[in-house]
Amino acid sequence: MRRARRWIAFFAQMTSTWRFRLVVFTLAALLLPGAVLAHKPSDSYLTLAVDGEIITGQWDIALRDLDFAIGLDGNQDGAISWGEVKAKHADIASYALSRLTLHSAGAPCVPIVRDQLIDNHSDGAYAVLRFVATCAAAPKALAIGYRLFFDVDPQHRGLLNLSAQGATRAGVFTADTPEQHFTLAELSKQEQFVDYLKEGVLHIWTGFDHVLFLLSLLLPAVLVRSRVPGEIWMGAPSFRYAFWDVFRVVTAFTLAHSITLSLAALGVVSLPSRLVESAIAASVVLAALNNVRPVVYGGRWVLAFAFGLIHGFGFASVLTDLGLPQGSLLLALVAFNVGVEVGQLAIVAVFLPIAYALRDTRFYRHAILTGGSVLVAVLAALWLVERAFNVALVPGLGFGS
Amino acid sequence: MIRCGRTPCRVAAGAMALLVAMVTSAAPFIPSDDAQVLERLPDRGSTQYRELRSLQAAAAASPGDVARAVALADAYYRVSRSEGDPRYLGYAQAALAPWWKDPDAPTAVLITRATILQSNHEFDRALADLDRALAREPKNGRALLVRATVLTVQGKYGQARADCPKLFGLAPEFYVFACIAGIDSLNGKSAAAVATLERSLATLPATDTSGRAWGESLLGEIAHRRGDPAAERHFRAALAADPRDLYTLGAYGDWLLDNGRAADVVPLVGNDMRVDALLLRLALAQKALQRPEADASLATLRARFAASRARGDVVHRREEARFQLQGNGDSQAALRLALENWNVQREPADLRILAEAAVATNDAGAQATVRQWLEQTGLEYQAVSGLAGKRESASK
Repeated sequence: MRRARRWIAFFAQMTSTWRFRLVVFTLAALLLPGAVLAHKPSDSYLTLAVDGEIITGQWDIALRDLDFAIGLDGNQDGAISWGEVKAKHADIASYALSRLTLHSAGAPCVPIVRDQLIDNHSDGAYAVLRFVATCAAAPKALAIGYRLFFDVDPQHRGLLNLSAQGATRAGVFTADTPEQHFTLAELSKQEQFVDYLKEGVLHIWTGFDHVLFLLSLLLPAVLVRSRVPGEIWMGAPSFRYAFWDVFRVVTAFTLAHSITLSLAALGVVSLPSRLVESAIAASVVLAALNNVRPVVYGGRWVLAFAFGLIHGFGFASVLTDLGLPQGSLLLALVAFNVGVEVGQLAIVAVFLPIAYALRDTRFYRHAILTGGSVLVAVLAALWLVERAFNVALVPGLGFGS
Repeated sequence: MIRCGRTPCRVAAGAMALLVAMVTSAAPFIPSDDAQVLERLPDRGSTQYRELRSLQAAAAASPGDVARAVALADAYYRVSRSEGDPRYLGYAQAALAPWWKDPDAPTAVLITRATILQSNHEFDRALADLDRALAREPKNGRALLVRATVLTVQGKYGQARADCPKLFGLAPEFYVFACIAGIDSLNGKSAAAVATLERSLATLPATDTSGRAWGESLLGEIAHRRGDPAAERHFRAALAADPRDLYTLGAYGDWLLDNGRAADVVPLVGNDMRVDALLLRLALAQKALQRPEADASLATLRARFAASRARGDVVHRREEARFQLQGNGDSQAALRLALENWNVQREPADLRILAEAAVATNDAGAQATVRQWLEQTGLEYQAVSGLAGKRESASK
């Protein structure tokens, strides 16, 4: 028996070392044979009913979960009695409600517990918290932040049942999606437009990569190439000259990213986000370096157009995350786009007069144009590496991605 | 921020609202007596619980300590197995929180993370972690054994079997032989696998209890598939070695159900109603015995599967398919679930429910899938080949 001889040899060789390994293999044995035999996992059931500015809530939370998080079994006998739960009512309420936030129009609707009961679900007993939250005004949209147990059990889920104005909808909160936004009232077209417009403005203002790209292309707009040997730049001859240069760059950028934003949002074209984000970072590096050692001057609008196409894909991913209303797709698209433009124009409106005023100073040409561009190039290069290789080089640097 | 815009999303949300409403429909109450016990927890006096406590304290004392975090996560994982409670998988994940999303985590973390992931049926992610761990430490016995297991569950027998011999010198002999025999038994080499296992159990007296329980359980399942009544002896031996082996309890329960001994299933699994898979066996036994409790058990299962769907889980499709076919009488739903399940895992039990649902719905495509798998692997499984044959003889 070849196999038997082989194991006898191994047995002899291993007796000295395998005993401590057994601990590990006891675990491995428990793993086998593979399949899961399971209870119901940890869920809580959150029911919210919105009526005017009042939100009535019921939250069913498994006693087992509460016991693990805050300890309910006072006498440690392995059984949770009603007396033990009652003794912990204040703790349960403050633990749970500090992990739930309800916001309407940016203002909190603070929940206050009315009473606590018990209910039996298919997998055991649950504490039932009944609460009432009052909003400043009848909410048209509700932002819910749910963070119960995610720190101790990332596989916990919060199952939401939200009813408002005769309609009921559901949601699932997970450790990865603790914040969710629900539109309650059917927003009017106008309100929807304003909503998406705001998102567009917000995105350009908080999307540092887009802003840095644009500014890098705009910095030289108040200057022209110098004919004096040793000097690269001289101030633009007139405001009108600088204005048209800015106009060309901004228009080209806008046109380009509008095209790809629309194509991507409508699902005509899609690119992997890692590629898009990396290319955006690369575009910032190139635009910034072009200021340090100018290669393209008069044709910067071409750069703006070419790379604008890439930036559009970046905007589109934001719009997809927001979710597009099926009934008013075009409206949302246009509103978001207009929002991006308004945000952009605001930046330009602040930038251009200041830059024009400073254009003849050494400070502008060296500290801002050259120094600033070098800084931007370095920052964007870090982004590029982080995004292309999916690593975090500097914690906190990843914003805008 | 998520906004539900697209129509399928709305439909899904509506369906889910209904499910959530169903699950939460019981009426809340205020107990009349302070002494009334509402919930029973796992035994606080057990060694396992005390071990958990000391590991929790150790990990809390030095956050960021890889060895302590992994020890705690492993302990939680063991409890999840012995209690059948997936909450402990979540706790295990929380213990590894600092490294959970790190693709380049320390090797010990990769292996424990893979162990947790495969429990949630995230087989591909588990394999990615194991491949990385083994690239760093090719002689890591635990990583090899877990990888072989995951690959076996996926039905990738060739790759799985290649990992087994690498265990020589890294694991107690018995595990190496069980690894090989477990896979061979699925590939038309049942007789050889049985011989190997029996010889190993007889000649390796130093094999630890869980190894012994595993070996006997494997032998029981092989015998069950071959229609050999020796199955019962092996299942009993496995349970003698480890009475809390939930997997064996389920497998033995299935053997009893197949052999017209539903009455014996009730005392076997009656104390584990929290574990869905065992409650399923209990409900099927009660139904076979025409006991009135069957309805309540089936209703509980229905609520649990609804809750699991509401949270977006797909882990229980095999059990749910069986529930639909044998408990609920909805063979179309059973077939759909069995097919979805078959795309993810390919153990004999997955094939069996697929075959049963395929015959019940007279679905030629699914029946062909079953026959093809039997031919391709050479799996010896009387109950399944019987079903596959039925179709063939009918069509001839």
